[in-house]
Amino acid sequence: MTAADIPAPTGRPTAIPEGPGGSATPPHPDGARVLDSDDISRILGRISHEILERAHGAQDIVILGIQTRGVPLARRIAERMTDIEGAPVPVGSLDITMYRDDLSLRGARPLHATDVPVDGIDGRLVVLVDDVLFSGRTIRAALDALSDLGRPRAVQLAVLVDRGHRELPLRADYVGKNIPTSRDQAVRVRVQEVDGADEVVVSG
Amino acid sequence: MSTHLLSAADLSRDEAIAVLDTAAELARISGRTVKKLPTLRGRTVVNLFFEDSTRTRISFEAAAKRLSADVITFSAKGSSVSKGESLKDTALTLEAMGADAVIVRHGASGAPHRLAHSGWIDGVVVNAGDGTHEHPTQALLDAFTLRHHLSGGEGALDGRRVVIVGDVLHSRVARSNVLLLRTLGADVTLVAPPTLLPVGVESWPCEISYDLDAALPGADAVMMLRVQAERMNAAYFPSTNEYSRRYGLDVRRANLLADEGIVMHPGPMNRGMEITAEVADGPRSVIVEQVTNGVHVRMAVLYRLLGAAEGSGDPAEPALSGSLEEAAS
Amino acid sequence: MTTHLLNVRPYGEDPVDITWSDGVITSVVAAGTAEARPDDDVIDGRGLIVLPGFVDLHTHLREPGREDAETIASGTAAAALGGFTAVHAMANTNPVADTAGVVEQVWRRGIEAGRCDVHPVGAVTVGLQGERLAELGAMADSAARVRVFSDDGVCVSDPVLMRRALEYVKAFDGVIAQHAQDPRLTEGAQMNESELSGVLGLRGWPAVAEEAIIARDMLLAQHVGSRVHICHLSTRGSVDIVRWAKERGVDVTAEVTPHHLILTEELARTYDPRYKVNPPLRTADDVEAVREGLADGTIDVVATDHAPHAREDKDCEWAAGAFGMLGLETAFPVVVETMVIPGRLDWRGVADRMSERPARIARLADQGRPIAVGEPATLVVVDPDATWTVDPQRSPSRSANTPFLAREMHGAVVHTVLRGRPTVSEGVLT
Repeated sequence: MTAADIPAPTGRPTAIPEGPGGSATPPHPDGARVLDSDDISRILGRISHEILERAHGAQDIVILGIQTRGVPLARRIAERMTDIEGAPVPVGSLDITMYRDDLSLRGARPLHATDVPVDGIDGRLVVLVDDVLFSGRTIRAALDALSDLGRPRAVQLAVLVDRGHRELPLRADYVGKNIPTSRDQAVRVRVQEVDGADEVVVSG
Repeated sequence: MSTHLLSAADLSRDEAIAVLDTAAELARISGRTVKKLPTLRGRTVVNLFFEDSTRTRISFEAAAKRLSADVITFSAKGSSVSKGESLKDTALTLEAMGADAVIVRHGASGAPHRLAHSGWIDGVVVNAGDGTHEHPTQALLDAFTLRHHLSGGEGALDGRRVVIVGDVLHSRVARSNVLLLRTLGADVTLVAPPTLLPVGVESWPCEISYDLDAALPGADAVMMLRVQAERMNAAYFPSTNEYSRRYGLDVRRANLLADEGIVMHPGPMNRGMEITAEVADGPRSVIVEQVTNGVHVRMAVLYRLLGAAEGSGDPAEPALSGSLEEAAS
Repeated sequence: MTTHLLNVRPYGEDPVDITWSDGVITSVVAAGTAEARPDDDVIDGRGLIVLPGFVDLHTHLREPGREDAETIASGTAAAALGGFTAVHAMANTNPVADTAGVVEQVWRRGIEAGRCDVHPVGAVTVGLQGERLAELGAMADSAARVRVFSDDGVCVSDPVLMRRALEYVKAFDGVIAQHAQDPRLTEGAQMNESELSGVLGLRGWPAVAEEAIIARDMLLAQHVGSRVHICHLSTRGSVDIVRWAKERGVDVTAEVTPHHLILTEELARTYDPRYKVNPPLRTADDVEAVREGLADGTIDVVATDHAPHAREDKDCEWAAGAFGMLGLETAFPVVVETMVIPGRLDWRGVADRMSERPARIARLADQGRPIAVGEPATLVVVDPDATWTVDPQRSPSRSANTPFLAREMHGAVVHTVLRGRPTVSEGVLT
C-alpha cells in the first residue's frame, strides 16, 4: 500500500521552523491543548521533508507506522513524501503487542494488523512512526518485531510528540514537538482517522 | 477473559470473537520465516495429559513454544500418574515447579474444574478435554475454521446452519460446540440415534433430529463425531453396518450440503464408520485445516489467559501511557 | 443415684420435671414441683424440648476394616452428639458382617465404647455378593440379636434371592432393608440422570433404577406375606410407589436421609465429590416429594446413612470419589429446618420419625418409648432455636466429608441420656 491510496489531508506542507510552534490556544476542557490540527499538519510536512533531506531522496525508504495511532500518521507522511518526490513511497503497519514486555502488568490486548509492503524491508531504510515517545519500551519492542521481519540497512524513528522520561537508551531522529511533562501527566493524541479530530492534549 | 478456560460457556460472544481475531492475526504471522514470538518468554506452561492424545498434546506444545514459553509435558504412560498417583498430588508437584498455566486432559469430567477451584494450584487452567464434558479449544478451532470458510474470516457465525452428527452422549466436542456455536449466532442441529443423545438434550440450545437425510440439505457445514464400534456391545446400536447406513457420511449425503458447505471432523476418524474415505479426503473436507488452525487458536487462548493473569511485574514501573486506551509510546 | 431433669417440655408440650434412677423414669411432674435431695444430680432443662432418644436405622461405622475412616468409638461419639441413643451399623465392613462372629464383635465393641447402643445389621447375602443367603438365623440368634438385614451398598437384585430372604426372616421377625438400585441401569453412574448430568458430562443414575426395584419388592413382600424396609428413598416416584403399596396393605416401611431432605443435584456443578452419594442427590421436585412423604407418614423414618470416607477418597476428581456423606451430627437440625420450621411436622412427629418408628421397625424394646414413669430414661434434650456452624475439626468423627461444611444449622442437641446416663451434656461429650 502507498500513500497515494489515501485522499490527501487538508493543508499544504510548508516550511516550518523546528521547535515549539503554534499560537496560544484557549484551554481545552480535558486540559491544555498543545497542538491543534493545523500544527499537526505543519509538523507532518516538516518531518516528511526532513526524512527526505537526510536520506537524500526516497529511493529505499519504507515507512512503518506503529499500531495504532502511528499508522495513520505514517500514511500521511508517506503520502506527503510521495507528493514531494513524485514516486510512491511504500508504507505499512507494525503491531508490537506480542513483543511487549509488560504482558503481566497490562493484560492481553487485541492484536492489530502487521502489514509489510510487498517488497519487504531487507536492505532498506525503515522509518518507524509513532505518536508519542515516552519510556522507549514500545520502540524496543518494535525493533524486536522488525528483526523478526527482516534485516533493514538502517532504522530511524519519527514521533509526533516526545514527552521525555526515557527508560532505555533510545532517541527519535525526527520529533514533531518536545513536550516536557511530569510522569503523572497524560499526553493524549487524537488523530482524525481514529478519533475524528487532530489534536494533542496534556492533562493531569 | 475469565481466569480459566474450562468450558465453552466461559466465553461471551465478544470474548470468543476476540480470541478468533487474535488467532487470525497469529495465523498470518506463522506465514513468516520466524514463527516464534517472545510474548510468553519466562512463563512455564505444563501439559498434563492423563489421556493419550498425541494430536492435541502436540498442538498445545507447539502453541506454547511459538510464544517462547517453557513447556513441560506430563503424559500418563510411564509416569507416576499411571502408577496411581492422584490428581491432587500431581497438581501439587506442578505447583512446586511453578507452572503459570496447566493444560489438562483427563478421563474424568470435571477434573479441570477441580484443579482450578481446589486451591491445589495457582496458575491458569485450560481444559484440553475432560471425560464426556467439554473440549473448549476444539470448539474454538472449529469456529475459526467455520468462520474462515463461511464468514470471510471475520466476525461471528450468525445465521449459519451447522449439523453435528454422532455419539453426542459421550462427546465433549459436541457439548462445547453447541455452546460456542450458539454464542456466535449459528443454528445447530444434532443428529444421532436416540440412544446416543443425553437425557434432557431437548433443553440444549439446538435442534434435534434422528434423520440425517432430513437434516443435511442446505446446511453450511456438517461436523462428524467419532463413534466407537465398541458402543455396539452396550447396545447403543445393533451393528456398525446399521450405524453407518443410517448415520454415516458418504458422498451422496455430503452433496446435500449447501454449495459451499464443508465437512469437518475433530479426529481421530473411524474411516468407514461415521465417514467414508472419499468424503474425508474429498473437496469439501477441511479436516486437515482444522488441525493447523488448532495451533493458532491455542496460541490465542494462551496469550489471552496468561495476559489476564497476575504477573510478576514491578508495580513501580511507569505505565506506558501516551495515547490512552492502546499501545503506548 | 437419682437424677432430675428440670423444666423440660416433652414433645414441646407443657413443662415438667422428670426424675429417674437406675435408668428408669420414676416421676414426671409439673415443672417446679420435683423434690431434689442434696446428693441427687440435677440438670437444668431451661425450658427446652425433650424427646425419646433418636434411633438411626442406617449408619456406617466402618469397623472392622476401615478404621482410618471411622471406628465404632468415633462413630458412636458422633451419634451421641447427634442425639442418637441407638444406631444400626450396616454390614458392608471388611470382613462383611455376614456371620454371627462378626456381628457379635461389632455389638461388643459398641458396648465397650458405651456412647450409644450399637445394633449390627446382618448382610443378606454372603460377602454381599448377591449369590447365596448368609446365615441370617445364626445372626438373629447371636448375642447381637440381629433383626435388620441389608446388603446396603449393593442391591439384592436377583428377584429369587430377594423372595427367599423376605420369606426366611419371617421365622424370627426379621426385616430385609433393601438398597434399591438396579445394577445394570446404573453401571458407572455418577449422579442423578437428568438434564444436568447431560450438561456436566457425568453418567446418570436414573430414578427408574430405584423405583423399579421398589415396585418389584412391594409386590414380592405382599405375595409372600412378609414385611420389607426400603433404605434411603430419594425420588417422587419412589414415594408414590410406597404410598400406593401401603394403601394396598403391603407391610412396608421406608426411610429418607437428611441430605435427601435438603440438598439437590445442583451441587454436582461444583464437581466436588463431597456431594457424591448413593442414591444421588436428586431434583428440587424430588426433595419436595420426600418432605411430603415424611410429613404424611408414607416415609416412616429419618435414617442418616452416615458414610464416613477418608480424605483421599474425597479430595479428588468426581469420578474417583467415593459415594457417601456424614450425617449423624447434622440430622436433627436438618429435620428442624426442612420439616419443623415450615410446619410440616410437630414435635410428636419428630419423636415418631426419629425414635418411635425406627425402634419399632428394628424391634427394639427399650428405645423409642413414651416419656413416662416406668420407661427407660433414654432421652434427648434439644434446643430448636440454637444456631451453630458445622466444623469438622470439632467433630469426634474421623472423617470430614460433611455436605454441610461451614453451613449454619438451626437446632442443636443439648443433652443425650442413655438409660439414665448422660452421654452428652450441654452439647459436649461426657
